[in-house]
Amino acid sequence: MNQQKEWPLWEVFIRSKQGLDHKHVGSLHASDAEMAIQNARDVYTRRMEGVSIWVVESKHVHASNPDEAAAFFDPATDKVYRHPTFYEVPAEIKNM
Amino acid sequence: MDLQHTPTAALQNYSPELRVLLFDYTLQLADTSLILGHRLSEWCGHGPILEQDLAMANIALDLIGETRSLYQYAAELEGKGRTEDDLAYLREAVEYKNPLLVEQPNGDFADTVMRQFIFDGFHFFLLKDLQNSPDPGLAGIAAKSFKEASYHLKWSSEWIIRLGDGTEESKRRIEKALSNLWRYSGELFAMTQTEKQLAQASFIPEYSALQPQWEAHVAKVFAEATLEVPQNVFMQKGGKTGLHTEHLGYLLTELQYLQRAYPGLEW
Amino acid sequence: METIIDKSLEELFEEKIANEIRIEPKDWMPEQYRKTLVRQISQHAHSEIVGMLPEGNWITRAPSLKRKAILLSKVQDEAGHGLYLYSAAETLGTSRDQMIADLHSGKAKYSSIFNYPTLSWADIGAIGWLVDGAAIMNQVPLIRTSYGPYARAMVRVCKEESFHQRQGFEIMMTLCNGAPAQKKMAQEAFNRWWWPTLMMFGPKDSESPNTEQSMRWKIKRFTNDELRQRFVDMMVPQAEFLGLTVPDKDLTWNEAKNGYDFGDVDWEEFWNVVKGNGPCNKDRLSTRVKAHEEGAWVREAALAHAQKRAQREAEKQA
Repeated sequence: MNQQKEWPLWEVFIRSKQGLDHKHVGSLHASDAEMAIQNARDVYTRRMEGVSIWVVESKHVHASNPDEAAAFFDPATDKVYRHPTFYEVPAEIKNM
Repeated sequence: MDLQHTPTAALQNYSPELRVLLFDYTLQLADTSLILGHRLSEWCGHGPILEQDLAMANIALDLIGETRSLYQYAAELEGKGRTEDDLAYLREAVEYKNPLLVEQPNGDFADTVMRQFIFDGFHFFLLKDLQNSPDPGLAGIAAKSFKEASYHLKWSSEWIIRLGDGTEESKRRIEKALSNLWRYSGELFAMTQTEKQLAQASFIPEYSALQPQWEAHVAKVFAEATLEVPQNVFMQKGGKTGLHTEHLGYLLTELQYLQRAYPGLEW
Repeated sequence: METIIDKSLEELFEEKIANEIRIEPKDWMPEQYRKTLVRQISQHAHSEIVGMLPEGNWITRAPSLKRKAILLSKVQDEAGHGLYLYSAAETLGTSRDQMIADLHSGKAKYSSIFNYPTLSWADIGAIGWLVDGAAIMNQVPLIRTSYGPYARAMVRVCKEESFHQRQGFEIMMTLCNGAPAQKKMAQEAFNRWWWPTLMMFGPKDSESPNTEQSMRWKIKRFTNDELRQRFVDMMVPQAEFLGLTVPDKDLTWNEAKNGYDFGDVDWEEFWNVVKGNGPCNKDRLSTRVKAHEEGAWVREAALAHAQKRAQREAEKQA
């Protein structure tokens, strides 16, 4: 076996309390998924930061390409009609 | 809070003899957690990988937390105004009541994992039962520590499996650790006079009832780790009655150094 | 053609920096920016890890169970901080193994402060109060550093760090209000740690070759001398409160600059320790190397086991 081989890198996501999304908090090394969850517990929830943990091996995370950020995200900027504030509602109308 | 069932209220109804028994026993549990927590804390900064350095420190912190609750309760049972620190820092090795297992040196990571695994199983099944003790003091501490001990047992069980079923070297090391440490496992279940009397009064479980549960867990984990459960090993005893290995004296010398060098000061 | 594209990427990068937009791992960045970050972040991570040793030295001798728990959790936090920082540096494409190898070979540096010994319990107080105080001063501005993962790691580090300084101050306060022997212990520790702590802010601005570029890229937010001055101004009143004497005969209040004038750091000592001649350089490094080497078989075993298990799973599937 390769002497220099590192434990794989895992991305850690923590739900801070019931009702909230899991949020990315950082990464760590672990030899397997079970250990990654336990390491995440020991590393990232020492101060009651979480009630649930997800781990994903970093190599399985696929990301959008920053060079394409303009093509991906700028087209949304002129669709102001998607937002409620685009529309005028008479002051008399409540609850809309 | 139901005042009838607070630890302090319960103490009022205990006979002096029962208080002494409970004091001795609580002290024994406290000493055990302290010595093992202390040993584990020696790893801090020297672990095999950062993530496990944090894991071992967490276990040590759990044990030291449990220690403090137990000493505080022991001091209350004794009722002589001693504090948790008096009990930890101002007793001699022969007065310490921890089983021999927990005072054994850290050795390599395999020794530490094996020591932890043997203890964690005992700790887990003991606390599980002790939560139902009619003594609210012990029951309360056990309930809190049981959650921690469940995690410890998971941690050490998985490491036993990784090292047993890992590389040739890890197998060799964990087998060596097993043959070094197994002889201290028997003492955990060998009841002292104090323990027998408390068990008769149903304050604590009969350890003979815990042992099969522990053995089943050990057998299951060892099978997965491809380790053999040792047979016909002579069991070393003595720690619980103050007859320790030579290791404890050095540990206490270090632990108690400041309190001994500067008696009676606040830190 | 390529140079034109590069130039526009560089312009884009500079624009983000100017507009306080964070740089993220996959964004284009100048090679020198990446290098500077890896150097700084890994150096910072190494400092946390080596920094565990002088304080860890007293975990087994802490004078009460409460102090023992606090100290252990603090030193453990430092392991956590090292881990967050290594993770941040790994997003730049350098593995933790590589960074550790650079530390062990002496190629990478760590904060020189940890090359001084902890001789008494008061040193634990002094480290928390002074060294962590200085570290916080260095670190808080890094929450706004331009590289996203580094800034996020620092948010976490700073949040956790705030108890460290307080526990140190509390130790010092207990000692200073205690018996004469304890007060003496506190003053001696203060004398030992004051100057090395001032050195933590790095060489004088005039002799800090990397500061200018780092400031321009908003990796660094204040110069070494600025932070050192702030630190002295903050700590002198705290020392007075404790009844400790600052070991600097040149220390005087300067009304005009609304700050203290203070004596010159012994820069010869500073460079000596940086070069490896501090009292504990060799011990610290060899301790780290030993832990890493003795852990190799453990890391290999866990990996081998995971592979065996995965293989068995695969065979079951087939």
